[in-house]
Amino acid sequence: MTEPAGSEPAPAAAAVRAAVTGRRRSYGRYVAGKVAGAAGSLAFVLVLGFFLFRVLPGDPARTLGRGRFKTQDQLEEFRAQYGLDQPLPQQFLTYLKNTFSGDLGESLRYRTPVSDLILDRLWPTLLLVGTATLLATLIGVYLGVISAWNRGKATDKITTGTTLTLYSMPEWWLGLLLIAAFAVGMGPLPGIFPTGGLHSVDAEPGTIGYVGDTALHLVLPVLTLVLVYLADFSLIMRSSLLDEIGEDYLVTARAKGLRDVEVRRRHATRNALLPTTTLIALSIGFVVSGAITVETVFSIPGLGLLATEALTIPDYWVLQGTFLVTSAGVILANLLANLVYGLLDPRVRS
Amino acid sequence: MNGVDAVSAVLDLRDVTVTYRTAEGPLPAVRGVDLTVRPGEVVGLAGESGCGKSTLVGTVLRLQPASATVEGEVLVLGQDVQSISWGKLRALRWAGASIVFQGALHSLNPVQRIGAQIAEPIRLHEPELSRQAVDVRVEELLEQVGLAASRKRSYPHQLSGGQRQRVMIAMALACRPQLVVADEPTTALDVMVQAQILDLLKDLVRDLGVGLLIISHDLSVLADICDRVVVMYAGRIVESGRANEVFTDPLHPYTKALSGAFPRIGDPAARYAPAGLAGDPPDPRDLPPGCSFAPRCPLAVPECTVAEPPLVEVGPGRPVACIRVGES
Ligand SMILES: Nc1ncnc2c1ncn2[C@@H]1O[C@H](COP(=O)(O)OP(=O)(O)OP(=O)(O)O)[C@@H](O)[C@H]1O
Ligand SMILES: [Mg+2]
Repeated sequence: MTEPAGSEPAPAAAAVRAAVTGRRRSYGRYVAGKVAGAAGSLAFVLVLGFFLFRVLPGDPARTLGRGRFKTQDQLEEFRAQYGLDQPLPQQFLTYLKNTFSGDLGESLRYRTPVSDLILDRLWPTLLLVGTATLLATLIGVYLGVISAWNRGKATDKITTGTTLTLYSMPEWWLGLLLIAAFAVGMGPLPGIFPTGGLHSVDAEPGTIGYVGDTALHLVLPVLTLVLVYLADFSLIMRSSLLDEIGEDYLVTARAKGLRDVEVRRRHATRNALLPTTTLIALSIGFVVSGAITVETVFSIPGLGLLATEALTIPDYWVLQGTFLVTSAGVILANLLANLVYGLLDPRVRS
Repeated sequence: MNGVDAVSAVLDLRDVTVTYRTAEGPLPAVRGVDLTVRPGEVVGLAGESGCGKSTLVGTVLRLQPASATVEGEVLVLGQDVQSISWGKLRALRWAGASIVFQGALHSLNPVQRIGAQIAEPIRLHEPELSRQAVDVRVEELLEQVGLAASRKRSYPHQLSGGQRQRVMIAMALACRPQLVVADEPTTALDVMVQAQILDLLKDLVRDLGVGLLIISHDLSVLADICDRVVVMYAGRIVESGRANEVFTDPLHPYTKALSGAFPRIGDPAARYAPAGLAGDPPDPRDLPPGCSFAPRCPLAVPECTVAEPPLVEVGPGRPVACIRVGES
């Protein structure tokens, strides 16, 4: 064969090695960028948390002390106790120092450290949000693929229409509807699921029955979240796959003799999933906000219920703590998704 | 065309017409094309941008979009691909005939290693091969097109345009097909690389004895490496013949324009404006009456707009569609 220039002799190996190290270096840069972005968001949340709960609603001491403090001395004492008599910059420094050492203040209602309360209430929320996100992602991605692949046909219209209708329902409304239908029982329907809470009173922690009991309690709240947020995930996947469907490499895949399903599964869906990971992670924020309502409707003792209850006092430090923790959680979940995406998509690495 | 041709031809297009359904009405992109490629033969298809070259390529493996209607017969290795069952069609795809698509960058999956992409059709069509055997074949193919075997671990974006084109060629040869269709394999490459890729294609065809249909908007490129050349204008064949004859002694005024002033190789502007030819090709939805080329033809006379000139043999193996041929 007369192959002149262009063929690759020995230096090729060196070139490949260079490409590999180059890739590693550029993934490093990608990670650095994403971490910096997340750090920026966290800093913003930290500052916002301070002002939101100190400056914006006016004087916390007055709001809290409404009708409680008889004398000016009592008010002063309260202020001194919470450092509210300090100048604002000083307060901010104290706030930073405390927050970084894990001290989120003390609940005005429970008289226990907010960090303990949050740790206590974290697991129900994680369980609820985690299960709902996982299910909504799986079902949403599946529905998105189906509707994109059948774009414009009945399957697509029904799927998109249904998910959008559910999306437009308020969580509390759908939650109450589900309680009425499946927990209380409506007409011929018997009430099969508990109306609220996370455990039955007689459930023994650590047993199989306890796990089953918890799962049973989670069915309706998770269902509420999944139904409402399904459209988020399915529409993301739908449009991502539609972007891929026009691509030339799918014609190549068909030309090779692959079946339609193989073209879809091995090429189109896989490629469409990559950018979707980061978008799906963004939706976790919405699920978390939805969980606050759902926990209240189903009286699940999670962070959402904690925050809703704190609002009525108002229990400032609890509100501030739950705000900081949930925001940080969402930011970190997004960071994680971005880092995973960077690992999965070779185009990011170069 | 005689019976012997039909049996031995690896590609035999008979009166192929392709019409796209568009919002502005039907768009006849290919109109009554006859074309044959025999084993070991290199046939060139030339014509300006938009004359229907890629559309014709699409019909070879029934890859046309749903909006296209194909009439006529497309015989690949004797099978009419437009009417055989899906199962037979899938078996024919890539194993019988393969395509080097226009634009290697977009025709490769951006997030799969090229080794996996070359291996995919081999695994599909020869499932009995062991993983190692497939691996060996992939490495051989890469070396055959002048790439290091270690390149199999690269992603498309890590390769240059010329390297990607080589990958496409290696991929097209993966299942040892009897027909390879290369749709503008060298457009968008610089002159040096263009020459390398064309040499490579030509050598592979000679060595492997496959039939090659190579498409280009550049007649000079085809003249060099083809046995026969077919010239298309506005969806129809206007002239064909032996490559050197068509290039050195073009008969149709359009071919003359294509070959007349040597189009500059690699100049992207050349594809849209063949040297010495004024005006644009017609909109296929709104073709001029009579000869589609008449409005741009320096030799046009009123009779040209009366009827579409038929393709007539003006010499042995030299059909031309022009009523003024011989006069000029
Ligand atoms: N999917 C489609 N739907 C409608 N019209 C199309 C479609 N694909 C191509 N066409 C039209 O068909 C005609 C022929 O297009 P085609 O891509 O086959 O030309 P080509 O000769 O390959 O051009 P190029 O040299 O630019 O690749 C053009 O007028 C084009 O606009
Ligand atoms: Mg084309």
